[in-house]
Amino acid sequence: MRRGLGIAVWALTAVAVLALYLLAPHLVSDFHSRDLAQAGVFFIAIVGLNILTGYTGQISLGHGALMAVGGYTTAALAVHEHWRDVWTIPLAGIAAGVVGFLIGLPALRLSGIYLALATFAFAVAMPSLLKKFSGLTGGGQGLRLLEQAPLQVTGLSGTVTVFGHSTTQNHFLYYLTWGIGLVAFVIAWLIVRGRLGRTFRAVRDSEVAAASVGIDLARTKTLAFAISGVYAGVAGALFAIQAEIVNPLSFTFLLSILLLVGAVVGGLGSLPGMVVGAFFVEYVPDLSTHVSSKPGVPDFIYGAAIILVMILLPTGAGGLLRRVARPLTTRLYLRP
Amino acid sequence: MLLAFDWTQLAQQIVIGLSSGGVWATLAVALVLIYRSTGVVNFAQGEMAMFSTFIAWSLVHHGLSYWAAFFLTVAISFFGGVGIERVVIKPVERAPVLTVVIVTLGLFFLVNGAARWIWSPEVRSLPNAFSTRPIDVAGVAFSIQDLGTIAVSLGAVGLLWLFFRFTKLGLASRAAAVNPEASRLVGVRVSWMLALGWGLAAAMGAVSGMLTAPALASFDQNLMQPVLLYAFAGAVLGGLDSPLGAVVGSLLLGVLINLIGTYVDWVGTDLRLPVALAVILGVLLVKPTGLFGRAEVVRV
Repeated sequence: MRRGLGIAVWALTAVAVLALYLLAPHLVSDFHSRDLAQAGVFFIAIVGLNILTGYTGQISLGHGALMAVGGYTTAALAVHEHWRDVWTIPLAGIAAGVVGFLIGLPALRLSGIYLALATFAFAVAMPSLLKKFSGLTGGGQGLRLLEQAPLQVTGLSGTVTVFGHSTTQNHFLYYLTWGIGLVAFVIAWLIVRGRLGRTFRAVRDSEVAAASVGIDLARTKTLAFAISGVYAGVAGALFAIQAEIVNPLSFTFLLSILLLVGAVVGGLGSLPGMVVGAFFVEYVPDLSTHVSSKPGVPDFIYGAAIILVMILLPTGAGGLLRRVARPLTTRLYLRP
Repeated sequence: MLLAFDWTQLAQQIVIGLSSGGVWATLAVALVLIYRSTGVVNFAQGEMAMFSTFIAWSLVHHGLSYWAAFFLTVAISFFGGVGIERVVIKPVERAPVLTVVIVTLGLFFLVNGAARWIWSPEVRSLPNAFSTRPIDVAGVAFSIQDLGTIAVSLGAVGLLWLFFRFTKLGLASRAAAVNPEASRLVGVRVSWMLALGWGLAAAMGAVSGMLTAPALASFDQNLMQPVLLYAFAGAVLGGLDSPLGAVVGSLLLGVLINLIGTYVDWVGTDLRLPVALAVILGVLLVKPTGLFGRAEVVRV
């Protein structure tokens, strides 16, 4: 009986999420569904960062650079090899996953803030590296996907035809990004609730204890970095597809920092909270510009908002969600 | 090849490197002060220093001499730092470390925004603190500005060391950093010691900002962001929990970066920072807690 109720609740949640996914772009203007699509990019990257930082306890300040790897893989394939941009997404994920694995290697020696610096160094170095290897990356100009990719059609208000179904470009980007986002979310959820997720959490809570029960620390940490890298790479690819241009300035270390802000505001160790984190990163800067566009004021408000959220919700939106949801779910399970 | 090597140039480049390293060292020590007591890297340290520099600019603009403005700004920054700790950091004292780190990131945006709000975003300049004329030491010409910068930054760090080593307040704040519970038992007000740490860090940051600005032809509200990166790198190289390490690390980094930029053509100006970071990463892989850092021994 109770089990049946539990399944019903899950099914209802899934239906509600799907309905929201399908309807959301029709509730806002065409233009704003593009903002939603951008929030989706942050969502995917932040979910990946949460697997690494929230569940495995390894701080990364370099995820913007991993997004750059994904974004440039997509752009390079689309521009140099004339691939249809959408099909490059898996390869972008794999490329960033491999790089993620590699920057995970120092994690075997470093911990805490020293690891943060190692990854941060990667993020800081990325724009200069992209400029240096200009043959592949187009240097400071970057790469434009618009002219070269024949199937990404016309400007902002163009239409895209998928399976004989025609839709606006912005709606297409929204459905593409959040469709991948939902799949990514489910995969992340399966990872963290399963055996691998328990291994991750064991490493986070005590490396010594984890090692003593036979967990291979090196394998676990690098695996977490690689998985997280795949998420960042996919996010980067979607970023490139949306912006139709990548250049070194798209992936400065500020992006890495914003992703970490999103993950902590959303609540480390909570996957649904990441939606809040992504919307925070996408919308709060815009909202601050609406308050006043005098120089400095938007940043001032943005900073104040971050501080205020952290003071009010030290464990992020996820912590709040748990506090609110636990009484409800326990009631659900305990009452006959 | 070897004969053509210019020892004069080498000496000059080393002094220039020490001069920028000294400026980074003051900010690095500020980072270490806060890291040691709370385990938090203060990402807003550079922006706070930038804000102090703009206060100094206003004072100079109102007719004060550079050095009068210098000392007044250091004092103002100290109280500003204490105030920031009380208002913004104290409410999250018991929150997870990463939460506090994110608060300092929020502070980064807030302070930067405030500075552009108060002082409109246009370039400005500070007068030179030292004479720009060169001085002759053992046949090699150095700039007085570089030597003066080294002296002031090391002097500031030295004063700080004297404070921690020889005053009762310094002892109390060191105790609070090492063992908060025990210090509380013997009557140290640990929370206020954190505020004191933030105040001192802000003051050190002010010194580094006011040494950075005059060396530039003009500056704006982003002047301390690269300095923060170098200071962070220098502090990590030396070991984040060691003030001496932060100073040595920053000086080494200053010299290293300057020599690499001068002698390795391939690196040029673009790749200086990445190469320096790669070197630091190499050092960390051999010694994971920095040159002077102590590995934390945990009882399990």
